[in-house]
Amino acid sequence: MKTDELLTGLRNRDPRAIGRIISQVENNGPQCRAILAALDPAAMDSTLVLGITGPPGAGKSTLTGCLIRHLRGQGSRLGIIAVDPSSPISGGALLGDRIRIMDHALDPDVIVRSMASRGRLGGLCATAGAVVRVLAAAGCEVILIETVGVGQSEMDIVRLADLTLMVMAPGFGDDIQAMKAGLLEVTDLLVANKGDQPGSEALCLEMSAAFRDRSRADGIERVIQTVAAQNKGTSTLMNQINTLNARHLEIGIRATRRQQSQEIETLDWCLELLRPQLLAAIRGHEQPLDPRLRAEQLITDRDHDRQQQPQ
Amino acid sequence: MTDSNSLSDWQKQELASSLSRFPERKKTFTRHGGEEIQRLALPEEIDEEYERQLGFPGRYPFTRGVQPTMHRGRLWTMRQYAGFSTAAESNLRYRYLLEQGTTGLSVAFDLPTQIGYDSDDPMALGEVGKVGVAIDTLADMEVLFQEIPLGEISTSMTINSPAIVLLAMYIVVAEKQGVATDQLRGTIQNDVLKEYVARGTYIFPPRPSLRLITNIFQWCGTHAPLFNTISISGYHIREAGSTAAQEVGLTLANGITYVQTALDAGLELDQFARRLAFFFNASSNLLEEVAKFRAARRLWARIMKNRFEARNPASQMLRFHSQTAGSSLTAQQVDNNIVRVTIQALAAVLGGTQSLHTNSRDEALGLPTEDSVRTALRTQQIIAHESGIAETIDPLAGSYYIEQLTDQIELEAEELIATIEEAGGVVAAIENGLIQRRIEESAYQYQLEVEQGERVIVGVNKFQESAEERPPLHRVDPAVEDEQVGRLAAVRAGRDNVEVDRLLAELKMAAQSGEDNLMEPILAAVRAYASLGEICLVLREVFGEYRD
Amino acid sequence: MSTTTPHRVLIAKPGLDGHDRGAKFIARALRDHGFEVIYTGIRRSPEEIAAAAIQEDVAAIGLSSLSGAHLRLFPAVLTALKNQGAGDIPVLGGGVIPDEDIKTLLAAGLHAIFTPGTPAATIIEAFRAACQTGSHSDSDD
Repeated sequence: MKTDELLTGLRNRDPRAIGRIISQVENNGPQCRAILAALDPAAMDSTLVLGITGPPGAGKSTLTGCLIRHLRGQGSRLGIIAVDPSSPISGGALLGDRIRIMDHALDPDVIVRSMASRGRLGGLCATAGAVVRVLAAAGCEVILIETVGVGQSEMDIVRLADLTLMVMAPGFGDDIQAMKAGLLEVTDLLVANKGDQPGSEALCLEMSAAFRDRSRADGIERVIQTVAAQNKGTSTLMNQINTLNARHLEIGIRATRRQQSQEIETLDWCLELLRPQLLAAIRGHEQPLDPRLRAEQLITDRDHDRQQQPQ
Repeated sequence: MTDSNSLSDWQKQELASSLSRFPERKKTFTRHGGEEIQRLALPEEIDEEYERQLGFPGRYPFTRGVQPTMHRGRLWTMRQYAGFSTAAESNLRYRYLLEQGTTGLSVAFDLPTQIGYDSDDPMALGEVGKVGVAIDTLADMEVLFQEIPLGEISTSMTINSPAIVLLAMYIVVAEKQGVATDQLRGTIQNDVLKEYVARGTYIFPPRPSLRLITNIFQWCGTHAPLFNTISISGYHIREAGSTAAQEVGLTLANGITYVQTALDAGLELDQFARRLAFFFNASSNLLEEVAKFRAARRLWARIMKNRFEARNPASQMLRFHSQTAGSSLTAQQVDNNIVRVTIQALAAVLGGTQSLHTNSRDEALGLPTEDSVRTALRTQQIIAHESGIAETIDPLAGSYYIEQLTDQIELEAEELIATIEEAGGVVAAIENGLIQRRIEESAYQYQLEVEQGERVIVGVNKFQESAEERPPLHRVDPAVEDEQVGRLAAVRAGRDNVEVDRLLAELKMAAQSGEDNLMEPILAAVRAYASLGEICLVLREVFGEYRD
Repeated sequence: MSTTTPHRVLIAKPGLDGHDRGAKFIARALRDHGFEVIYTGIRRSPEEIAAAAIQEDVAAIGLSSLSGAHLRLFPAVLTALKNQGAGDIPVLGGGVIPDEDIKTLLAAGLHAIFTPGTPAATIIEAFRAACQTGSHSDSDD
C-alpha cells in the first residue's frame, strides 16, 4: 500500500492499514518518516496510556482482560500493546500474550499488537512510543501496554505510560522484595490480585505501607484488591485509575511525565542516529586509553572538527 | 529377618483369600514339557529392604502388583477405545468389538461433546463426529448402547469437563434397560486438571470443576459404588511431551489434589479412594516404562498411607488402565506401528496393568479402519495367550536395572510433586504456567533430538523409503454433521420444553448455591431430554469459562 | 535500527482440538530461527484467526489441526482472510492430513501442507519462503 493509502486507511480505522503502519514504524521502514510526520500530535491529548507490569502468574493478562471488558462496556476504543522479550541468541520471539486477549479478536474497537523487545539499543521506548501515537491516531482512547517479567523493557514502559499499574498476588514475596528496590517507586497503583486467596490481606497491608506517604498527601488509595478470574474489583480499580489520572492532570504531573518521556525518546533516537558515525569514529581512533577517557576524547575531537569545518 | 513369616503371612491372608474367591485361570501353568511355572519368583532371602521396597503382590506398597495373583487370576481388560460419527454407527462398532472378544467398552466422544457444545453450535463446525461419537441428548445415548447389556459389561468413557452430564445419561439408559445403578461398572475419565496442562478440553475454571468432580465422588459413593469415578490420567501429559518421571509426578500430584478436595468437602476417605483409577501411557522404552508403572504404584501407596492415613488397602492401591503411545505412531511405513504397539503393550502388561488399549497401525493417518483395530486387539490376545508373560507375576522384579530405575523414577516424581507443592499446589502451578512450562520444555528437547537425528525414529529420520503407498483410510462422512443436527432438532421438537426450562432453572439455582450436589438436578434434566449443550450453558453462566 | 527485521508469523489452532504439542514445537522452532511468532492458543474460529493476523500484520499464518476437521477449517480461514481484505497472506497447514486432502487443500489456496514426520527444517524453510513471497517483501513506495 502507498503511504497516502495507509494514512487514509488509518483515518478510516481500517485494521489492515493500522497493522501495516505499525509495522512500518516498528521496522523503521521506508514509509516510517512520512507516516510519523503525518500523525496529528493532538490525538494524544484525549488518550490515556496505562502501563501494566508484574511477575508472571500474578494474573496480569487476566486483569488486562477485565479492564478491556470494562472499558468496552463504556464504549471506549482500545489499543493494547503486549510486549514479550526477544531471544538474544536467535533474535526471534514467542509472543504468547495474545492468547488471553483473543476473546476480543472480532471486536473492531480493540486493536491488539504484540511486540518483541528486539534488544533495541535505544530501548523499547524508542519504538513503542511511536506505536502508541499511531494507536492514538487510530482513535484509541485508552492504550494498555503490558509487559512480562522484570527488566529494562518494564522500565521503558513506565516511562511511556501516564499511569503504571503493578499486578501482584499472594505468594510472590520474593518478587516484591526485588521490586521494592526500583519498580515500586515508579508504580502508581498496586493491584493485589487473587484477593480470594490466603495472604491477600497481608499483601495489601505490606503494599499500603509502601504507598503510605503518597496516599496521605492526596487521600487517594493506591492499593486495590481484585479477583480478576471472577472479574471482581475491576470497577473499583477503574475508579481509582480515573481519580488518579484526573489528579495528575490537575496538578500537572501528566504533562511533566509526557514531556520527560518525549525528551528521553528524543535522546534515544539521537543516540541511535549517531550510532553509525560514532562507531566509525571509535574504530578509526585506536588508542590505548580507558574507554571512558577515550569517549571524552572522541567527543572533544568531534566538536573541534566541526568548528574547523565551515558548513 | 522376617523371612518366612511375612511370606507365609501373605500366602495365608491375601493369596488364600484371593484364590478362594477368584481361582486362577488354570489349575497349573506349565512350560512346554510340563514343568510348573512359578506364580511369584522371590529372592532367596526376604529381607527388610525387599519388604519395604517390593513386598508381595496385593500388599503394600504394591510394587509387584495390586492383586495377589495378577494376570494369572484374570487377564487385564482388553478395552479398545472407539467411537465416531453417530451413535448408531458407534453402536455397530461396539457390538463388533464385543463379538471379537473385547471385554470392556471404551467410548470416544467427539470434541463438541467433550467441550459441552451441541452439534448445532457454531463452535462445533467441522468437528461433529470426527474424533468420536456426537452425543447431544439422552436419545443419542440410548442408541449408543442399544442391545448392549449394561449390567454385564464395563464401560469406560473418555469425558472430562462435562463428565457429570454423560454419566447421568449413562445411568438413565441403564435404568431404562432395567439395570440398577449400584450394578453399573465402568469408568469416567473426569480428570479435569490434566486438561488444563495437556489435553485442552476444559470448560470451566479449575475450582468449580473440582466441585463437579467432588459431587460425582459423593453421589457415586452412595449410589454407584462399583463405578470408577475418575481416571487420573498421565497418558495425555506424556503425549504432550513429558518424561516418564514427569508423567508419574504430575499425575500423582493431580491425584493428591482430588483427594484433598474431596476430604475438604467432608467426604470419607475410604468412601471414594477405592474408586480412584489411573491411566498411563505405554511408550516404546520398554524397561523405563515397566519401572515407571512399578514406581507409580509404590509412590501412590506411600502417599495414601503416610499422607492421607488410608488404612484400607483398597484405598492405597493404584489400579491403572494403559494405552499405547499415540504420539509414537508414524505416518511413514505404517506397518512398523504394529511392532511399536507390541513393544508398548508388553511394557504395560509387564508393568501390571489392569486394562489396556492398543492403538491401530493407521492412527497417524486418521481414524483406524476395522482391519487395523482387529490387528491391535489381536496383538493383546497374542501377548495374553502366547507370550507367557501373563503366567507369572512381575517377572522383571529383582533385575538390578529395573529396580534402580524404579527407585529413580519414584524419586524424580516425588521431587516434582514437592516443587509443585512449594509453588502453592497444582491449581496455582497451572495458573502460573509452571506445569505447562515443564512439559513444554521436555517436549521441545525431545523433538530437537529427533530433528538432529540423535533419536532414531525408524522410517522417519532413518531408514526412510520414498514413494510409499498409503493404506486406505476410514473416513467420516461429512453429511454426519447435518444428520446429527437434524436429530437434535427433532428431539427438541418432541420434548416438553416448558419442563426442560424449569429443570434447567432449577439446575442453575443449585449451581449458584455453591453447596448443592449437582448430580440429581442434572439427572432430572437429562431424563427430560435437555441437551448437553443446554446443561453446560447453564453451568458456563454460573461458573464462567477457563481461558488458557 | 537492527540490521534485518525479523519475519512475523501467526501460529493458530482452529477448531476444538486441544493437542498443541506440534503447534507449540513449530512456534518455538521458528522463534529459535529468528522469527517473531504470535501464538493464538487453542480453539480459535477462522474469523478470529484472520482478524488477529491482520492486526498483527504477519507475513504468514500457520494452522494446526489434528482432529480431522481440516477440510472445513483451513479453507474457512482463507475465506475469512479474503472477507477481511487480507487474501494475500499465505497460509500453511499441518496435521494428520491424508494425501487426497492435501491436494484438495492446495487447490483451495493453502500455501503448503505438512504431515507428521516432516522435518522442522523443511517447515521453517517453507515459512521463510512464504514470508518472502507475500506482499511483505515488497518495498512499498
